[in-house]
Amino acid sequence: MPTPTLLAELSDRLIYSAIAVYALAMLAYAYQAARRSRPAADDAPRLEPVAAGRHGAVLAPQSPASAAPPGIRDAAARRTERIAAALTTLAFVLHLAGVVARGLAAGRAPWGNMYEFTAAATLAATAAYLVFLRRQPVRDLGVWILALVTLCLGLAVTVLYTPAGDLVPALNSYWLVVHVAAAIIAGGVFTVGAAATGLYLLRRRADARDAGGQATRGYAGRLPAAATLERLAHTAHLFAFPVWTFAVLAGAIWAEDSWGRYWGWDPKETWAFITWVLYAAYLHAQSTAGWRGRKAGWLALAGYAAFWFNFVGVNLFITGLHSYAGV
Amino acid sequence: MPPRPTGQGLRAWGRWAWRTLTSMRTAVLLLLALALAAVPGSLLPQRGVAFDPGAVTRFVADNPVVGPWLDRLGFFEVYSSPWFAAIYLLLMVSMTGCVLPRAARLWRSTRAEPPRAPTNLARLDGHRRTTVAAERAQVLQAAASHLRARRFRVVVDDDSVRAEKGYLREAGNLVFHLSLLVLLFGVAIGSLFGFEGRVIVVEGASFTNTRLQYDEFTPGPLTDAEGLSPFSVTLDDFTARFETAGPQRGSARDFQADLTVLRTPGGAAEKVTVEVNHPLQVEGTKMFLTGHGYAPVVSVTDGRGQTVFSGPVVFVPFDGNLSSEGVIKVPDGQPTQLGFEGFFLPTASVDPAAGPRSLYPDLVDPQLLLTAYTGDLGLGDGAPQSVFRLDKTNLSQVMDGDEPFARALRPGESMTLPDGQGTLTFESVSRFANFQIAHDPGKELSLVAAVALLLGLTVSLAVRRRRVWVRVTAAAGGGGATVEAASYALTRREPVPGELSSLLAALPGAEPAGNGAAPHDRED
Repeated sequence: MPTPTLLAELSDRLIYSAIAVYALAMLAYAYQAARRSRPAADDAPRLEPVAAGRHGAVLAPQSPASAAPPGIRDAAARRTERIAAALTTLAFVLHLAGVVARGLAAGRAPWGNMYEFTAAATLAATAAYLVFLRRQPVRDLGVWILALVTLCLGLAVTVLYTPAGDLVPALNSYWLVVHVAAAIIAGGVFTVGAAATGLYLLRRRADARDAGGQATRGYAGRLPAAATLERLAHTAHLFAFPVWTFAVLAGAIWAEDSWGRYWGWDPKETWAFITWVLYAAYLHAQSTAGWRGRKAGWLALAGYAAFWFNFVGVNLFITGLHSYAGV
Repeated sequence: MPPRPTGQGLRAWGRWAWRTLTSMRTAVLLLLALALAAVPGSLLPQRGVAFDPGAVTRFVADNPVVGPWLDRLGFFEVYSSPWFAAIYLLLMVSMTGCVLPRAARLWRSTRAEPPRAPTNLARLDGHRRTTVAAERAQVLQAAASHLRARRFRVVVDDDSVRAEKGYLREAGNLVFHLSLLVLLFGVAIGSLFGFEGRVIVVEGASFTNTRLQYDEFTPGPLTDAEGLSPFSVTLDDFTARFETAGPQRGSARDFQADLTVLRTPGGAAEKVTVEVNHPLQVEGTKMFLTGHGYAPVVSVTDGRGQTVFSGPVVFVPFDGNLSSEGVIKVPDGQPTQLGFEGFFLPTASVDPAAGPRSLYPDLVDPQLLLTAYTGDLGLGDGAPQSVFRLDKTNLSQVMDGDEPFARALRPGESMTLPDGQGTLTFESVSRFANFQIAHDPGKELSLVAAVALLLGLTVSLAVRRRRVWVRVTAAAGGGGATVEAASYALTRREPVPGELSSLLAALPGAEPAGNGAAPHDRED
């Protein structure tokens, strides 16, 4: 067994390597997106079959571009896609190894401070993306999710970095493992949901402008059909919401064990509550006439913003009981 | 929003108001309002949330214009303010009004048969048509048993099979919403009948669970403050371990309070160790270790040479290395009362800019830095006074020439005030522990509600309620039958992929899989 110091160093190097490969994967996705956005006659046709479901037909008229048959694909675009996916997988493996090495170096679950949480949450986001990629046409989300992951990991190693070490006694609890792990998983899947929602809103706007029936040009017009993106976002949120609920409840149980009250409106708790309520509003809006679609999408994005504020804003700008976790 | 009533009657308006309140749209708006209303409480200091009890007062003093207005509008007690309560109570009413009729519908639909197949199945999602080499009745039976095996509720008609599944979804949805009500009830019980208190216990000292012994006690409106669980504890020993090296040097690693507990007065003594995250529990009351610090043990002799004070004095830590400040009050001193004010530093250093600071939280080079006061401590008039502050109104500082008299003492050292006004000896250092003691009679109910909430939510989001219809017609020209199958999702999620394929593949006389006449390969 290598020494903790060695493992910690290994972890750092793996994370740095992962950042580099993520950046390459992001460039590959960006290149692919840019190619497809070019309004040229030899445009690659739509890359995935459009699933025109009952809801989709009601919600969003598909532009002719998206209705093109899936038969012919631009070989170059397909190659770029495959390269991007392979790079993402490679970066994910490096990232995973980095997080695991960190955990072994510290001798505990590797999510005890902001640096480790960021590393683990971005890992969960990539994992969620890769899982979705196997089953759904989500590669258009790739460039955005990888941009976010690369940026966050970059900030993590520069601004938030904390050497591996033990935790303050308040964090010595298996509830830390459970509560934070659930928050991390929910965060990863919420990221996929937020990216899909963002693209859905873009695409929907393009569709609305395109009511004349003319093929939409530019990036938004080349995205998957609005209905596909919306369904993808909905699936991600349906999965992540109970996980987030569990994270909040586990946090409450831990708080009861640690501070003697399960809910005390500490800023961290308050923002977890706000996040939960906004996503609950999103889920309700999805079955409310007049809110379904665009307004619901904004609610989901607001929920995601609250999730991030809870992590960044509350940790850095607001003092509360959770501030002991350190940067 | 439901259409406005056309009639003039109060009943019509009442019905309209109720329908509006219980509509989903109102629920979304109320949820949004709840999220927004929770925001200010996290940004402004709050009264009930005090880990820093002076925060609200300071904020109002710093903002003399908006401060009092914010206070009047309840912005320093957001979570117990009437407007916050109004939002969540409306939400609960709206929710109940929406959910109970749904419960009734669910009850009726669990006892009803799945509806008949629509005339034109081809209009539904994932419609499939295929031909099989089997008799109609045989095909219908096979389809029905296939669906029954998958726990559909199945009815077989003359020419078709109708089936429905996923009733549990609505049940989960109901459990989720109703358990929110139960959770609110549990929270209410806790805040009405429970209490929260804080106490500092020095090594060697005891605490008995009665209201008077608390340093701070916050009961609910209906708490029986005289009927607290009558246990008592003695802090035998407190140990703390800190990181000794590396970049996180000085970070706390282990706290441990060794207690002797008497669960009932006169009961058997019991040795218990309380750690962070491992509270002591006596009946429904829990005692949590939340912090610690140092209590220098000092003895003071007055101008007459008599020992008028002896014992540990709690100094309150103000930074991570446990630099602490405190005061020592000696009201029995003669001819004048004595007061001391200063710092205790477990690992002392004096920074030219920041003043006296501790470099490490453990006792490496403990020093007590004190200045002295003589005069009247102001304890005589019975007005309550902080034990951590000197009321200097009637005190004068002891001078050493032109400078204030100040000394740094190590354990065992003494200082004598000028003109023989008294002597203070720094004997040794004890530790103290902060305990939070809480009793929440509603928390078991809340826990049950939380578990039900999570289960209900997961079920309601994971289960897809859907209907499946299979219609079989004898193929023209005899021999075999034409089978049409379609499914319909009653939720926003599409039916389970592959469900119809496996159904069709299971029919007698079906062609091997992979050769479906299916126009839709996937059912989404």
